[in-house]
Amino acid sequence: MLTYTAKRLAMAIPTLLIVITVSFFLMRVAPGGPFDGERQLPPEIENNLRAAYHLDEPLPMQYLRYMGNLLQGDFGPSFKYKDFSVTQLILQGFPVSLELGGLAIGLALIIGLPLGVIAALRRNSTVDYMVMGIALGGIAVPNFVIAPILALVFGVLLAWLPAGGWNGGALPNLVLPVIALAIQQIAYIARMMRASMIETLGSHFIRTARAKGLSERQVIWRHALRPSMLPVISYLGPAIAGIITGSVVIEQIFGLPGIGRYFVQGALNRDYTLVMGTVVFYGVLIVLMNLVVDLLYSALDPQIRYDD
Amino acid sequence: MHHPRLLSGAVALTLAVLLTPWQACAAEPSRTLNIGITGEPASLDPARASGGVWESDVFMDLYAGLIVEDAAGEHIPGIAKSWEVSDDGLTWTFHLRDDAQWSDGHPVTAEDFVFGWKHQLDPKSASKYAYMLYPVKNARAVNTGEKPLDALGVESLDDGHTFRVTLARPTPYFIKILTHYTSLPIPEHVVEKYGDQWTRMEHIVTDGAFKPTSWVSHDHISAVKNPRFHDAKNVALDRINYYPTEDANAGIQRFRAGELDILRNYTSDRYEWLKQHLPDATHMDTYLGSYYYVLNSREGRPTADPRVREALNLAIRRNVLSEQIMQDTFQPAYALVPPGVSHYTAQPMVLKDMTMEERMTRARQLMQDAGYGPDHPLRLTLRYNTSDEHKKIAIAVAAMWRPLGVQVEMTNAEVTVHYQALQEGDFDVARAGWIADYNDAENFLTLLHTGVGNNYGAWHNEQFDQLLDEANVTLDSDKREQLMEQAEGVAMNDHALIPLLYYVSRNLVNPQLEGWQDNIEDNHPSRWVKFSP
Repeated sequence: MLTYTAKRLAMAIPTLLIVITVSFFLMRVAPGGPFDGERQLPPEIENNLRAAYHLDEPLPMQYLRYMGNLLQGDFGPSFKYKDFSVTQLILQGFPVSLELGGLAIGLALIIGLPLGVIAALRRNSTVDYMVMGIALGGIAVPNFVIAPILALVFGVLLAWLPAGGWNGGALPNLVLPVIALAIQQIAYIARMMRASMIETLGSHFIRTARAKGLSERQVIWRHALRPSMLPVISYLGPAIAGIITGSVVIEQIFGLPGIGRYFVQGALNRDYTLVMGTVVFYGVLIVLMNLVVDLLYSALDPQIRYDD
Repeated sequence: MHHPRLLSGAVALTLAVLLTPWQACAAEPSRTLNIGITGEPASLDPARASGGVWESDVFMDLYAGLIVEDAAGEHIPGIAKSWEVSDDGLTWTFHLRDDAQWSDGHPVTAEDFVFGWKHQLDPKSASKYAYMLYPVKNARAVNTGEKPLDALGVESLDDGHTFRVTLARPTPYFIKILTHYTSLPIPEHVVEKYGDQWTRMEHIVTDGAFKPTSWVSHDHISAVKNPRFHDAKNVALDRINYYPTEDANAGIQRFRAGELDILRNYTSDRYEWLKQHLPDATHMDTYLGSYYYVLNSREGRPTADPRVREALNLAIRRNVLSEQIMQDTFQPAYALVPPGVSHYTAQPMVLKDMTMEERMTRARQLMQDAGYGPDHPLRLTLRYNTSDEHKKIAIAVAAMWRPLGVQVEMTNAEVTVHYQALQEGDFDVARAGWIADYNDAENFLTLLHTGVGNNYGAWHNEQFDQLLDEANVTLDSDKREQLMEQAEGVAMNDHALIPLLYYVSRNLVNPQLEGWQDNIEDNHPSRWVKFSP
């Protein structure tokens, strides 16, 4: 298992290198530069800016400089948010996104898994149709619709909760964004759990368990639940990486200082270093989460073992 | 017996009481101002700012320059208590207040201005707006690194009580750029100690009415009253929180929920609703901004033909754009320079006084003369940067040109790509806008001067250039006004571009806030406002 983990981590390095290199050059190919905007800058000013950020050097030189700094853990200065380095921006924003995303995934699991199981056990009943109908609605309605409605109803009309703002992560400020983030995940997880559970319940080992005379409760808890979780787990890896790196929509609508909006704004502003920083960060997270998922697999399914 | 409605009502009430403690205490007027600004500032160092209005909003509270603005946007003495200009207009001498202090108690001296201006022009600072100071002697050469920083025409006299500026040439609008953040003093003693880390919260000192205390990127900047500010006794607020609010609709909700006292620049499509539901809070006023279409005058473009440019101008019903398409959140424009610019009367195009029928008759004739007709329709590319507002206007304009047989191909792109295409001249007609840096017609007219980077259409007219060049060195303000008006007249007669609309300022302001005044510069330093009891 340890050898396997080490091997996977070693394999991640070339993957990340490719991701970084491709993103670096793709970013430069995009038309427009970090200093293009509504106003054309005088050439003197633009030269100073290019020199300050080493953009006057040949591209391969810039690449080497970037990689050199990256190896020392330095993501460089942000082109746009000049009082912060990219590292500072990520370190400041990530805990916010992590907290929001973590709570949302937690909530989604707590609600989504039981809903899926109930729907599977009461297959084709009214309960099943209701749960799946609601889940379909949750998937279909995008969060840029749900979030403003939540803010309007609970923030403005009822005035129970703040309509926006982070306020250092105070509980009332968390409620609406977490719900808005979780709704879609609840829907996905419930649907996936239902389908997987139905499949498991139809398999031979469940029939055997029933034939042994085990109670329905034991069949479900002891035998059906664990294998049914596998698809959900494999979905969760990338989903968690996605959700804890923030949602640009939720962050903008609730005015939250997470890192989600850096992905979009960095690209729109041609903030090269910020884009690269977020890409590297996200890449590392994806690799790690996928590894965790694979390790969890072996814990859940005895047929999967990583000995070599 | 169950009373579900009663029960849920009680739960709701309890929750409401528990979760909204801030609504309970209304006895004492608030001394904290929450402002929704339109973006995240790039830096608190004036030399590293990106030029956004949202940065000016913060700078004017944190820093005080030689000249500052009052609640009505009028220029009043700031750190300079008085000043005089030499007869040739080249030497400006500012006498500084004796009681001006940085927030750490250091006196604000002419040295800080000398340092601040050099800091702006130092090539290493890579200040985006350093060119605002180019009228100062040797400024451009210093900024390109050709001359040392010490060659800059600024000096500190009388132990730092007097700040003297030498200009490269007479600059009539020089006084107006002194409210721009590029001319702020910068605390040399702090920058020397901490280098480019001087704006970190633990180091920064400022000389304005407020000093910053915390900054969480994309969350808030907080500032508290600066007790060392020279006019601190007249500053009513204890604290300001600036919230970068990029999603303007979310900003409206936060304003309605009482979380924001001021929301800058609410979206125009919500104006009708806001006017109806929050009439006391919804503000709108004239503004120093022009929304126009650039016409590409480069050879080979159909818009290089003045007849085509005039016809395109004639066919546009600007009042339809402003009233029906934009619901009165813009004013129709018949000239480049907006109304309300000081010492200036905009020179509208002749077509302003023609009936629509006369205009269309003339436009058709012009198109025919230029060789366009049903067999040979005019095909144009129209570019705009992606936004609902620009799209609506472009569609309406294209429809207005259709009766002339003009076939429009519309292209939209994100803002960086759009402006790159403009710089490269890759368009026939393109959307552009200009918000003035200072209240002077020159700031608009220079957009049409030959060789200026922002003259995207490369329109060229020698008479115009001469008039503007002369105006730029004319110290007599009446004569200067005349020259600039003539210049604009020349440009409008040649239909150098298509003036479409004038921007207005749009703010939501808590009606309990006293001292707020709508003004043409849309600048509102927080030191002038307070909450009514």
